[in-house]
Amino acid sequence: MAAGRPGAAPFAIELRGISKAFGPVQANRDICLQVARGTIHGIVGENGAGKSTLMSILYGFYRADAGQILIGGSPTPIPDSQAAIRAGIGMVFQHFKLVPNFTVLENVILGAEDGARLGPSLAKARRALQALAREHELEVDPDALVEDLSVGHQQRVEILKALYRQAEILILDEPTGVLTPAEANHLFRILRGLSERGKTIILITHKLREIMDITDHVSVMRRGEMVATMRTADTSPEALAELMVGRKVLSRVEKGPARPGRTVLEVEDLRVCDAHGIERLKGVSLTVRAGEILGIAGVAGNGQSDLLDVLGGIARGTGHVRLNGRALDLSGRGCNGHARRKAGIAHVPEDRQNLGMIMDFTAWENVAFGYQGDPRYRRGPLMDNDALRADCAGKMARFDVRPPICDLPAKSFSGGNQQKLILAREIERNPDLLLIGQPTRGVDIGAIEFIHQQIVRLRDAGKAVLLVSVELDEILGLSDRIAVMFDGRIMGVRDPATTSERALGLLMAGVDDDKGAA
Amino acid sequence: MNAMPGWADAIVVPLISVLIAFAISSGVILAIGESPVEAMTLMVTGALGSSYGWGYTLYYATNFIFTGLAVAVAFHAGLFNIGGEGQATLGGLGVALACLFVPWPHWSLALIGAMAAGAAFGALWAALPGWLQARRGSHVVITTIMFNFIAAAVLNYVLVNVLRPTGSMDPATARFPGATNLPTLGEILGAIGIPFSRSTPANVSLFVALAACVAVWLLIWRTRAGYEIRAFGKSDRAAVYAGISPVRITMLAMLVSGALAGLMAINNVMGEAERLMLNAVEGAGFIGIAVALMGRSHPFGVLLAALLFGFLYQGGAELALWTSIPRELITVIQALVILFTGALDNMVRQPVEALFLRLRKGAK
Repeated sequence: MAAGRPGAAPFAIELRGISKAFGPVQANRDICLQVARGTIHGIVGENGAGKSTLMSILYGFYRADAGQILIGGSPTPIPDSQAAIRAGIGMVFQHFKLVPNFTVLENVILGAEDGARLGPSLAKARRALQALAREHELEVDPDALVEDLSVGHQQRVEILKALYRQAEILILDEPTGVLTPAEANHLFRILRGLSERGKTIILITHKLREIMDITDHVSVMRRGEMVATMRTADTSPEALAELMVGRKVLSRVEKGPARPGRTVLEVEDLRVCDAHGIERLKGVSLTVRAGEILGIAGVAGNGQSDLLDVLGGIARGTGHVRLNGRALDLSGRGCNGHARRKAGIAHVPEDRQNLGMIMDFTAWENVAFGYQGDPRYRRGPLMDNDALRADCAGKMARFDVRPPICDLPAKSFSGGNQQKLILAREIERNPDLLLIGQPTRGVDIGAIEFIHQQIVRLRDAGKAVLLVSVELDEILGLSDRIAVMFDGRIMGVRDPATTSERALGLLMAGVDDDKGAA
Repeated sequence: MNAMPGWADAIVVPLISVLIAFAISSGVILAIGESPVEAMTLMVTGALGSSYGWGYTLYYATNFIFTGLAVAVAFHAGLFNIGGEGQATLGGLGVALACLFVPWPHWSLALIGAMAAGAAFGALWAALPGWLQARRGSHVVITTIMFNFIAAAVLNYVLVNVLRPTGSMDPATARFPGATNLPTLGEILGAIGIPFSRSTPANVSLFVALAACVAVWLLIWRTRAGYEIRAFGKSDRAAVYAGISPVRITMLAMLVSGALAGLMAINNVMGEAERLMLNAVEGAGFIGIAVALMGRSHPFGVLLAALLFGFLYQGGAELALWTSIPRELITVIQALVILFTGALDNMVRQPVEALFLRLRKGAK
C-alpha cells in the first residue's frame, strides 16, 4: 500500500501534543496524529469525545492550550480560519455554510474575491470550476441557485469551495448524515478520486461502516484522548466500537420475532401543509399494530418529521387517523399534545433539545414535562415537588441515567442521558402507541444499545411503536416492517428480512423498483 | 455544571454591578465639582438615616415591587411587558372608582375592594395587548408601549370631563372619603409601640406588596400554571409539544402581570394622594423594568432591587434639596445602575465565573 509509510516524505499534517480545556472540561488531552499525504484518514469517537474540538483547532476556531501543528513538515500556527485556508486546509461542515439565494459561482468566490469588481473573479472561478468538475467528478451547474440544489449537490459546492481555495487537506465532518445511500456512494467515489490525485482527506464520522469502506487509516478518540490509530485493513467495526466505548458493544439489536396483534394506529390519506402552504405530507396511509415496530426510513426532510408532529398533536393536518378505533382530532381544539397523551400516545420527539425537554429546567422538572397536570404530581393547588423528585430518582435508576442527580439542569446531561430521561418519562406512561423520532441521534454508542433494548421491550409488552430514523442500520435492526418515505409519500412497505439496503436506498431516492421513477 | 453557586449569581454579581455604577457616579459628581463622599453620605442619611427617610424609601419601594413583579411575571413567559406604566394608570382609575362610588364601612374592606378594582383594570389594560399577541402576533413590546399613551389619554379625558368635581380647576378627582384612607406605616408601627415618623406616605400597601412577592413566588415555582409559564418562556415550541396552549399562557401571564401593575394604585393613589391625579404613576412602571432585570425576575430579587431604587429615589430627592447637585444627577446614577445590572451583566458575570472556576480548581 503506497500510503503506508512514505519513507522520508513529511506528513501532510501532524499534530503533536495538542491539548485544550474548556473550564474544568479537558476536551483534548495530548493528541498526537500523523496523516500521510494522499490518504484518507478517519476519525471516530462518541459524542463529546473531542473530535469537533480537535477539528476546530485545526481550522483556527479555537486555539490549543498546548501542542504543535505541522503542515507538510513545518510547524504552522493556525490562529484563525484565514490562516487555515492559507495552510491549505479546507473544511466541509456538517451544516453547510452556503448562502441559499446565491448561485453556486457566487458562493464559491464568497470570501475569495480578487477585488472590488466581481466580474473578473466570477469569470476566473467559472474556468476553475469547470476544470475541477472535469478532474474530480464534481459536476454542478455554476449558475444554479444553491437553494434549488439537492443536499448532495450542496455538499459538492462546499467541496468545490475548499478546492477553489487550493485546499490540499480536506476535512469533512459527518458528511453522509443528510445523504441517501446512493449520494453517499458518489461522495465516496469523489473522495477516493481526490486522494488518488494527492489530496489528503480527514473524515469525521460515527458510522463505522463508512470508515471500513473508504479510509486507509483510522484513529479512535475517547474522552478527549486519541486512544488508537491503525490501518483500517487491520481492524473491524466491532473492534473500533469497543475502542470508542471502552467495552464490548452489541452491534445488532437482540430481539425475538414480533407477535403483532390488533391494529392500534390507522392513518388514512393524511395531509399536512407547513407554514408556507407547501404540502409536506401528500396523502400518507399506514397502520401500526400492537406488538410491532413500524420503521419509517427516508432521507431527512421527506415528511417524516411532519408525520410525527401531526400524530403528536404539534402540527395540524387533514385526513383520518384512528387510535384504537377512535378518530383523532387533526385540526380542531383537540389537536394538542395534551389530548394526544390522554388518548394513549407517547412521543419522543426528533428534536430532543428544542422540543423534548426544557434545557434550563432541572431533571425532575423535565420528568413532568408534558404531564404537568398529572394528579400524582399535585398536592392541593400546588405542584408536589417532592413527588416529582422521587419519581425522577426512580426513573433515573431504572433507565440508568448518569449522573443520577435530579437537581441538575437538563443541559448538563450528555445527549444519551437526556434521551434516556425522555424515554423513561414517555415509556413509563405505558402508552398504546409510542412515536419515536431519531432515538439515537447524538447519543453515544453505549447508550444506543440500552435505548434499542427499551424500544424492543415496549414492543414485546404488546405496544405499537412508530419509529422514524435516518439511520438505515437502526431502521433495519429494529423494525418489524419498514415504510419508506419520499417527498411526503410512502413509497412502499417492506419486510426487513427480505429487503436489501439497496432496495430501500432506491425507494428513499424516490425510485420504485416495481414502477420505475415516481 | 454551573460555574457559580446560586447565591453568587443572585447576590455577588448584582452587588459588584451596583458598586461599579456608584464608582462611576462618584466620578461624575467629582467632575461637576462636588464631593462624592459628601453626596453619598447625604443620600444614605437622607434615605435611611431617619424613620422619615425610611418612610419615603419604603413608599417608593412599594410602587417598584408591584411594577417589578409585573414585569417579572411576564418575563417568565418570555413576554416583555413594558406597559406597566399604563396598566398602573388604569389601575389608579379602578381604585379611584372603587373608593369614590362605593360607601365602604371600613378601610380594610375598602382596601380589598380597591385591590380588586385596581387589579381588574390593570389586567384589562394588559389583556388587550396580550390578546393581540396571542391571536394576531402583534408584538407586546409595541402594543404595550402604545397602550401607555392611550392610558394617559384616557386618564386625561376621564379626569377632565368625567371625574373632576364641578368648579375645580385641577384635573383630579375629589378627595376620597375618609373611610377609605389607609393606615400609614407610622400608625401601624406606632400601634405596636415602635416609634416611626407619621408624616411619610408609606402605608399598609407595603405589606400587600410583600404578600404579592410571596404569591408570585408560589405561582411561578410551585403551581402548574407557573410551570407552564416558565416552560413557555424558555421554549414556546417545546411548550406546544408538552400540550401547553400558547394562547392560554400568553393571556394568563399578561393578565397576572397587568393585575400586579394595577395593584400599585393602592399605594400611590389610595395610600398617598387619596385622590386620583394626572400622571400619578410618575414613571414607576418603567422603573419596574429595571427592578425586574436587576432582580433576575425572582420575587426576592425584585424586593431587594425595589428597595435599592426606593433608596435612590429618596436619596436623590434629598441630594437635590440640600446641595447644588442637580436632581438630574440621580437619573444618571439610576441609569448607570440599570446599565451595569441589566445591559452589561456579562461584563461582571464572566470574570466572577472565571474566579469561581479557579477557586474550585484550587480547592481540588
